[in-house]
Amino acid sequence: MPNEAMQIKAISAHPGPVPGGNVSRDYDVCKLIDTTTCIGCKACEVACLEWNGYEFRETTFDNTYQTMPDTAWNYWNLIRFNEHENEDGTLNWLMRKDQCMHCADPGCLEACPADGAIVQYANGIVDFNQENCIGCQYCVTGCPFNIPKFNPTTKKVFKCTLCSDRVGAGLEPACIKSCPTGCLHFGSKDDMKDLAQKRAQQLKDHTSYHNAGVYDPETIGGTHVIYVLHDKDHPERYGGLPKDPRIPIMVRLWKHPLKWLGNIGMIAGIAGVLLHYVRFGPKVVDKKEEKKP
Amino acid sequence: MSTQTVVREGTILPPGEVVRYNFNERLCHWLNGVTYLFCMLTGLAFYSPYLYWLSFVGGGPASSRFLHPWVGIFFFVAMLWMHALWKLQMVATPEDQAWKHGIKNYIENRDDLLPPQGRFNAGQKLFYWVMFYSAIVLLITGVIMWFPELIAGTAHWLLPIIIFIHCAAALLTIGAFIIHIYMGILMVPGGLKGISYGRVSEEWAAHHHRLWYEKIKKR
Repeated sequence: MPNEAMQIKAISAHPGPVPGGNVSRDYDVCKLIDTTTCIGCKACEVACLEWNGYEFRETTFDNTYQTMPDTAWNYWNLIRFNEHENEDGTLNWLMRKDQCMHCADPGCLEACPADGAIVQYANGIVDFNQENCIGCQYCVTGCPFNIPKFNPTTKKVFKCTLCSDRVGAGLEPACIKSCPTGCLHFGSKDDMKDLAQKRAQQLKDHTSYHNAGVYDPETIGGTHVIYVLHDKDHPERYGGLPKDPRIPIMVRLWKHPLKWLGNIGMIAGIAGVLLHYVRFGPKVVDKKEEKKP
Repeated sequence: MSTQTVVREGTILPPGEVVRYNFNERLCHWLNGVTYLFCMLTGLAFYSPYLYWLSFVGGGPASSRFLHPWVGIFFFVAMLWMHALWKLQMVATPEDQAWKHGIKNYIENRDDLLPPQGRFNAGQKLFYWVMFYSAIVLLITGVIMWFPELIAGTAHWLLPIIIFIHCAAALLTIGAFIIHIYMGILMVPGGLKGISYGRVSEEWAAHHHRLWYEKIKKR
């Protein structure tokens, strides 16, 4: 990691400005997935398992090109397959690499009650810290993409890390490395957004996908994994990608108004009973008069 | 007659004491108390980051998460036992209405202005029903929260609603619990003795539960 504090600010007796001065570095990272060039080869699935040290697991054949029905605690990356029938009767094979979207406003982090179990890095990566995870799965509740998966043996939750260990060392994520068609790209968020827009424009201009577009949902503050889709108005066709993903409203209500109401109620309750004691004191039983029925 | 063999509620003992709660009732109450307290403290740890330290009660955050639902099951079973013991006595009676009207007098300790009460007054009954119905709600929502992975794929929308309800019901019981603890320990001297080892003075019984006292006196 370059050390910003050690960047040269001024140079003695130097003619002209400081070389490289006033350059701001873009720390936001982003993965771009171009679904229009994905061939469903699953190299990214294998690369993910290899880098993260998981064994390949039994697959499920359900007459599609999908490895298994859903991602798992030790299978973070899955190509979702959908055979979509167009209005004119033609077919589209839609392939979408499904994994954590690394939301700018992460629902998992909002819902998590465990100190330090989920962190969001300045570069946008949302990472789970299993040693602090308590296995309550509130993150599952908060996630609009149903990504966090529970390991019933260790009682910890796992998901895609966007290869934070590789990115921290200046490498690109393992899945990017393995893609043979170049449908996966990795770089700064601005660069990837730009590249995605260009690709969408290319599709609109030169193919029949006149509604091609970029999936970077604003409803969760944008994501650090973005898609180019053939049809930006129907993300749900790509294995249930939500159109307007949001942190569930009940999570917001639970974490904010209900919590404050509860906090005020509890403090007021304790203060109230103590104040009652100071004002009225205990109930005294008169020994003489009471006993007579 | 030896005082050690006292079992029956309402028995009048030689030194001017009566049996307020029999052994089963006391045991049941404390089973409820201990399991509820455990669930409340570990639950508060998951409720607020500022109360996360309370998870030491369950031996740390992860084991609290593991134990909370199991102890919750025990709490519910204890609650069912209590229901079997007390449900008939917790039914509203005519004198409850008069007591509720005079609740201001009760709060301000003007007990002489209150109508005579049976074994449980309307406040105790209210506390009982709050805890009983909350326990049912907490059990149903709690079981779903125990295994969220089973419905996360099909009914994900249900999860946040379930957590919200669980949290709201728990907060309701905590409000009731604060008052219960205050009254049992500070506001009503003698009450804690009654629920601990069962005996209260005849004066105490006559003062707080006159109708009950008159009834057991006639036995």
